[in-house]
Amino acid sequence: MEKRAIFSNRFLPLALIAPQILITLVFFYWPAIQAVWQSFLIEDAFGLSTEFVWFENYQLLFTKAHYFRTFTTTMLFSFLVAFLSLTISLLLAVQADKSIKGAGVYRTLLIWPYAVAPAVAGVLWIFMLNPSLGMIAKAMRSAGIDWNPLLNGGDAMTLVVIASVWKQISYNFLFFLAGLQAIPKSVIEAAAIDGAGSARRFWTIIFPLLSPTTFFLVVVNIVYAFFDTLGVIDSMTQGGPAKATETLVYRVFADGRLGSDLGGSAAQSVILMFIVVGLTAIQFKYIERKVEY
Amino acid sequence: MIERSHLGNVLAHLILIIGVVIICFPVYVAVIGSTHDATTIANGNMPLVPGGHFLENYYRILFEGTKSTTREPVATMLLNSLIMAMMIAVGKIAISLLSAYAIVYFRFRFRMVAFWVIFITLMLPVEVRIYPTYKVIADLHMLDTYTGLTLPLIASATATLLFRQFFMTVPDELVEASKIDGAGPVKFFFDTLLPLSRTTMAALFVILFIYGWNQYLWPILITTRDDMQTIVIGIKKMLAVVDALTEWQLVMATAVLAMLPPVVVVVAMQNLFIKGLTETEK
Amino acid sequence: MNKRSFLTAMLAAISLTALSAELRAAPVEIQWWHAMTGANNDVIVKLAEDFNAAQADYKVVPTYKGSYADTMNAGIAAFRAGQAPHILQVFEVGTATMMGAKGAIMPVYQLMADAGEKFDVKDYVGGIAGYYSTADGKLISMPFNSSTAIMWYNKDAFKKAGLDPEKPPRTWPETFDYAKKLKAAGWDKCGFSTAWYSWLNVEQLSAWHNVSLSTKANGLDGFDTEAKFNGPLHVRHLQNLIDLQKDKTFDYSGRTNTGEGRFTSGECPIFMTSSAFYGNVKANAKFEFGTGEMPYYPDVEGAPQNSIIGGASLWVLGGKTAPEYKGVAKFFTFLSDTDRQAGLHQVSGYLPITNAAYKKTKDSGFYEKNPGRETPLLQLTKKPPTANSRGLRLGSMVQIRDIVGEEAEAALVGQKTAQAAMDAAVERTNVLLRQFERALAK
Repeated sequence: MEKRAIFSNRFLPLALIAPQILITLVFFYWPAIQAVWQSFLIEDAFGLSTEFVWFENYQLLFTKAHYFRTFTTTMLFSFLVAFLSLTISLLLAVQADKSIKGAGVYRTLLIWPYAVAPAVAGVLWIFMLNPSLGMIAKAMRSAGIDWNPLLNGGDAMTLVVIASVWKQISYNFLFFLAGLQAIPKSVIEAAAIDGAGSARRFWTIIFPLLSPTTFFLVVVNIVYAFFDTLGVIDSMTQGGPAKATETLVYRVFADGRLGSDLGGSAAQSVILMFIVVGLTAIQFKYIERKVEY
Repeated sequence: MIERSHLGNVLAHLILIIGVVIICFPVYVAVIGSTHDATTIANGNMPLVPGGHFLENYYRILFEGTKSTTREPVATMLLNSLIMAMMIAVGKIAISLLSAYAIVYFRFRFRMVAFWVIFITLMLPVEVRIYPTYKVIADLHMLDTYTGLTLPLIASATATLLFRQFFMTVPDELVEASKIDGAGPVKFFFDTLLPLSRTTMAALFVILFIYGWNQYLWPILITTRDDMQTIVIGIKKMLAVVDALTEWQLVMATAVLAMLPPVVVVVAMQNLFIKGLTETEK
Repeated sequence: MNKRSFLTAMLAAISLTALSAELRAAPVEIQWWHAMTGANNDVIVKLAEDFNAAQADYKVVPTYKGSYADTMNAGIAAFRAGQAPHILQVFEVGTATMMGAKGAIMPVYQLMADAGEKFDVKDYVGGIAGYYSTADGKLISMPFNSSTAIMWYNKDAFKKAGLDPEKPPRTWPETFDYAKKLKAAGWDKCGFSTAWYSWLNVEQLSAWHNVSLSTKANGLDGFDTEAKFNGPLHVRHLQNLIDLQKDKTFDYSGRTNTGEGRFTSGECPIFMTSSAFYGNVKANAKFEFGTGEMPYYPDVEGAPQNSIIGGASLWVLGGKTAPEYKGVAKFFTFLSDTDRQAGLHQVSGYLPITNAAYKKTKDSGFYEKNPGRETPLLQLTKKPPTANSRGLRLGSMVQIRDIVGEEAEAALVGQKTAQAAMDAAVERTNVLLRQFERALAK
């Protein structure tokens, strides 16, 4: 897809595109290359002694059983965040789409968590769920529930999932609502005339028609759970207890901290870059289909 | 006709109200928390009604700062966050407008190369190349500067793609007409294209403002001076206490203040926000 | 001379005077990155202000950089970028990393000698200075805030449970017994607990019982040290905690000090943590509290030995100019002043770093008026330190503490046995130690 009507000028376009290319090269490609280079090195914290070790950092990574655990933790976490936030927001969007009174008000009341920083979302929830001072934690304890995210990995996972889902609901809600409103009412009415009940109508007609939106949201939510939740995890559990809430990105951050294992951290960055490129390719396919008509 | 049962409507309202309550509850608790004193909260006895320390806490946090940690008044942090968010939003829009214009309206050597060079950065967040990027900024002597804080975050492809998409929908006739009038590319850009892009720009601005405001990992690394801190970082630093008690009432007051500007932007510019969101992500 | 050139000359003269005045007045700036919060943050700012007011040649600029880990992280990153501060406060577990970085730091003994400042390591409290010295007794970093682990207990709770509020438990079996009684008297969610899991239940436990944590005097004599903390004492202690966790006689409070609020709120009547917890307890506890020494297992020969310190020291980073180093040296002399140290110790809950300051505080009758404040010092100097109790210096100690915490967490919820958890912790620690050693070797 190309424009037919264009200007011809030799230098202007280069000058126009130069700022972005320059910034991208300096702040994206150069650091990315450095990360790759660093992943082949073993270095001390202060960068005073360096040894080139080829793929040893990668080998070391994959001989550590808990790196695989971090993978599975990330998968579980991403699945929970994507599944729960999508389900809840779809439920809310379907209700709001019923064109009942006050739909606009509900929309306003539901979309603002998008604007809250992940780290702040984490702080808000830890304030309520901190075992020694949180009010919900206290209530749970007095109800006999042994809530202990400091020791119980499942509780800690619940903690980070809740905060992450909370923040993501508004985003999914907006897309589902837009998707629902784009479905021609005549289609649904036709089904209603055929005598399909409301649940049946949803599963046989509405949900399939929503599937492009759903598919897109699944990708976006996975990317969100992978990367944007770092602030949530860092402010709530720091990956603990016993690495139960350590995701791949958090680990890149944690292993590089205090310069203890910069090579290993860089190797993980490189692996993550491949994952992201893969996800981008999937999303790109989707964009192409949607944009190129 | 679809049946509209009374019961169904009540149920819909009920589900939505429950949803809203759950969504709003944490913020309500934060606001309540910011009106109590440290001991009440630390001892886990906080009630669900406001306490009497509202003015005191907010005054302290805004103008005096937390004496115990960062010592920087939150007013300064708010200003820093504002500057960072504005620079990122405006910077991204400006460079993306220009590069998208070049890609769509000109034919030049390496055009597709340039497009792909930019496009590949679409989803790779700064988090995965954080330490090398820090080194680059340090080598350029940009630590503790707004430039260092914002430039690496401006390098992203989303806005460029969005403008490219939008320019594609602008009718070719406008270019032809403009050419007939004897206008060159610069005049066309300012007189025709820019006014047409106004809504897209505004929508994008809302999204990018929030993106900038909520940055976490990058400002932690890049700012060393107290007076360069952003508010999200201020909260993190207030939480990490050694041999002392977290002053939760101040943390909560800061959290409320940190949420306020982006939430106001989203709610006040709701339609633009939704437009921005749905179009950047298409 | 016409009017215009006269004006120019005047302006030039004025700006020259202004410039030279500025040159004279501009003090050498000394950046000091630290991690102190609460009242201790005030102490830092006050120290810098006092020093700056006392002389005009140097200006100390303190900056709070977040938690200990954040501060050290920022310091390392800044060094790599050539933007390091002059003084960096590093927590005790970062000691090995800093000491291993020979070109990155300026050892304190050398700094003081170069600057011609009067300095004798013997003036400093042995148990503290030893932690930050080389094997041959040369001080590498300046001790700043030091503390040790002690027991805090709730006297009101003791009374309610029918225990003598003036007699805290001395041994671990007694502690378990007391906790059970407290539990029966209504403290059923937490009989006792500890902050800093690894520091209290592995590191201090080893020193206090004169048991080796790792070879080569816990790493003080060389980076080729090997972890050994999976011995019978360590496993037995963890096993006890596992058993007591089941009915909450013991309740885990996390790897750091975030659980300390459980003591001040009255939830946990016995709590073991840093002696520097003092200011916090004093401000927030709504009950009478007391302190005691850390418990020990009476059947372990030689226990109690002496405890080791925690806290942080000030590191001088490399690559600065001679005048800057001179300023840092002067600041350190200023810090070590007897009156100043005695004052700091009395207000902050940290230990005095010089013998003179300790003596002065003692002579002033401070400890009689404030019972319990000498507990950490008595504990620290209980017996002359052995190879097992001088201190510890393991590379990647931050990660090692996480490993110990992780394995203990797994054991406390019943996923692993005590022995398996400690074995795994030692094995993983040794991998890190070898990695650390290797990175330094080149």
